[in-house]
Amino acid sequence: MTALLAATNLSKRFRGLLAVDGVSFEVAAGEIFAVIGPNGAGKTTLFAMIAGALAADGGTVTLSGARIDGLTADTVCRRGIGRTFQNVRPFAGLSVEDNVTIGALLRRPDMRSARMHARTVLEALDLADRRAVPASSLTLPDRKRLEVARALATDPKLLLLDEVMAGLRPTEADRMVSILRQLNRDNGITILLIEHVMRAVMALASRVLVLHHGATIAQGAPEVVVRDPAVIASYLGAEAVG
Amino acid sequence: MNDLWRSLDGRGRTVLTCVLAILIALPLVADRYVLSVLTLIFYFAYVGQAWNLMMGYAGQLSLGHALYVGLGGYVSALLWLKLGIGPWLGVFAAVAVAAAFGATIGWLGFRFGIAGVYFALLTIAFAEFTRIGFDHLELTGGAAGLFLPFEEKRVGEWWNLRGGQLLFYYLALALASGAVLLVALIARSRLGYRWLAVREDETAARALGIDAFAVKMAAVVISSAMTAVGGVFYAFYYNNLFPSQVFEISRSIELILAPIIGGLGTVFGPVIGAFVLTPLGEILIAATSRLGVNAPGVKAVFYGITLIAIICLMPSGVWPRIAEVFGLKGRVP
Amino acid sequence: MMWLIYLNVTIQGVLTGLVYGLMALGLSVIFGVVRVVNFAHGEFAVVAMYATYVLFTAFRLDPLLALVPLAALFFFVGYALQAALINPFVGRPEHEQFILLVGVGIIIVNVLLIGFGPDARPVNLSYGFDSYEIGPLLVDKPRVLAAAAAIAVAAALFWFFRRTRTGAAIRACADNLVGAAVIGLNVKRLYALTFGLGLACVGAAGALLVTIADPSPVLGPAYTLLAFVIVIIGGMGSMAGALVGGVLIGVSEALAGFLFAPSMKSMFSFALLIAVLVLRPQGLLGQRS
Repeated sequence: MTALLAATNLSKRFRGLLAVDGVSFEVAAGEIFAVIGPNGAGKTTLFAMIAGALAADGGTVTLSGARIDGLTADTVCRRGIGRTFQNVRPFAGLSVEDNVTIGALLRRPDMRSARMHARTVLEALDLADRRAVPASSLTLPDRKRLEVARALATDPKLLLLDEVMAGLRPTEADRMVSILRQLNRDNGITILLIEHVMRAVMALASRVLVLHHGATIAQGAPEVVVRDPAVIASYLGAEAVG
Repeated sequence: MNDLWRSLDGRGRTVLTCVLAILIALPLVADRYVLSVLTLIFYFAYVGQAWNLMMGYAGQLSLGHALYVGLGGYVSALLWLKLGIGPWLGVFAAVAVAAAFGATIGWLGFRFGIAGVYFALLTIAFAEFTRIGFDHLELTGGAAGLFLPFEEKRVGEWWNLRGGQLLFYYLALALASGAVLLVALIARSRLGYRWLAVREDETAARALGIDAFAVKMAAVVISSAMTAVGGVFYAFYYNNLFPSQVFEISRSIELILAPIIGGLGTVFGPVIGAFVLTPLGEILIAATSRLGVNAPGVKAVFYGITLIAIICLMPSGVWPRIAEVFGLKGRVP
Repeated sequence: MMWLIYLNVTIQGVLTGLVYGLMALGLSVIFGVVRVVNFAHGEFAVVAMYATYVLFTAFRLDPLLALVPLAALFFFVGYALQAALINPFVGRPEHEQFILLVGVGIIIVNVLLIGFGPDARPVNLSYGFDSYEIGPLLVDKPRVLAAAAAIAVAAALFWFFRRTRTGAAIRACADNLVGAAVIGLNVKRLYALTFGLGLACVGAAGALLVTIADPSPVLGPAYTLLAFVIVIIGGMGSMAGALVGGVLIGVSEALAGFLFAPSMKSMFSFALLIAVLVLRPQGLLGQRS
């Protein structure tokens, strides 16, 4: 198993509060890896450090063996990591297609090929019929898919998804799950996702990391992790597990 | 460029061609006064476009753009007066100096995370500092100003921009048309789209691999360079430069009115804005004197009222509203 | 003996700076809470200066006394202006607010021009040339009184914001707009109130400014810039910062004007502004957001 992403001993302190405490894990190429845990566990902080939006106080992150910690967010993207934001950030004044085209500009040499690639991605994300519409007029589920499409257009090796299921109704969440599964299967895209919606986690992830108070309390296959007593006590609760 | 032409529909092409044809042929019938007003309109359309690139597309608010006009004017005027170097060469130096100032301001602002109103105040500070500095600069004549002398023998030397209204009319028209073309090209280019991304949401843009710093610097440098060319025109058209006039904040404000009123972030906005505002001033003078009201300041009061009215009723600008009315769908060019 | 002259100049700068600080305090309140780029701030101050001139010329009303009715009048003007014209622009892009207030400023300047003409109108106080002797120093009486009045008005405003419920409510709006609305504060009314208070400061400052300069229409834009410079250097959101910034600018302008040339005095202020923006954007007393 070749590790595409390796985080070693990552930590981050915010003025006395240890938000992330020595977290280590590896994500293999082509795998779907989930990070779960209660609110405030440090999941988004962890993500931000991997994506280059936040500087780590300790530890390292490597992508395909090369160090990426300390690089700026745009450099990290160029190295091959695409990310979405928990609070979706569409380019509201632009059309859906323009949003994704901008993502495609990273690896396409000119506007025309970027636009064509954008259209392909929009097809995969079920947004092709709304491509001329201003992003501001999209519903939340559509915005979430736009967010994924835009990140995907940068042709990433690794996709970081931050709570893409939040706010979606079960049918919409299922739709997103099947899209992600298809992307992973067909394009071999590695996915690292933060999620609260357990049914999505169980359906997608091959391995799970559980964070609590910034530290790892469990790591492994989903079926094993959800039965871990520490995980049940701190996060899931006995009823959540079937 | 063919792409551009093809992107317009039949109606758009006809309108554009007709307007250009009229403007080119106008000197055959129009009197000097009308030509001078039009020259002013073209000038404001030009510098407005330069500012439009930086604000309307890249989203960086500069309220000190008069700095670049002044620098462009002074550098080219000095080269002409002291070294006999004509403006067609001098413009390169003018652009270089202005771009250097722009790059400095941009670097300070973007490297240190100064944004929004604060960035605007940074630009004002530079402009004001330079204004007062030039007031005390011996080399440029200080507060007493710099003058380009009228030389009878030189009239007709178009390569030294020594000529009458006609020369400057066509020059200004060329500049304005060139600016519109440039903005249209950049707007559909990779850089243009990156600007839009940074303007809309810089954090999201970075997450897509856009080097926001580089992109913003490009905006400042291009905008300041372009504006400096306007400064060269200004110097050789008016033949005098005073720091308290060229660098003044009211000049900075004056040159941003047309793009905002016309329509920020659109290709034709600054042009429409210039066509609305510049004659408005003239009309107001004529109207108020016809009514017998002759107090200086009355015209300006109506001007201020117009500004408030437009920003309240049509905040996106006159051009987008016109485009709506004429049923132009999709993104307003 | 030189140090005595420097001391005199510095003290003059401090006194002037306190009045500038009061004007800037108004902007700090407006910009800090309502977050509107009030680019007509200085123009309003000039209106107050002219009003003081009129009251003085017509009724022999001392500027220090005039500041009370003027502050009250400007409060209502500010309240009405915010509620009627400016409120829709809160939260809109800065360049739109800017154009709105530039338009207001243009109207103000030119109405004054039409009404009073372009020449400066001096306010000749009976005690205009009196001075206090403090040891070897000679300080202008009107400036001392004006500075004292500025401090008094600022203190009243501090008291209002720290000790009253409405003041606390306004500060809540500044800190957390959504939260404030959620707990039921009438944000629109509080904004209007704040704008009123900000302009009241300007009204009072304008009355005091006549001891420093003679009112003329062209002063408006210069005072607007001055207010912004002071607020940024002193620190956005800090009322004490506005006064401290005012004093700093007052002193630096006085010294620069004395050491170099009066026409160069603003250069240092702008250089300082650039330095603050780059190195310490929260200003001297502001908090890092």
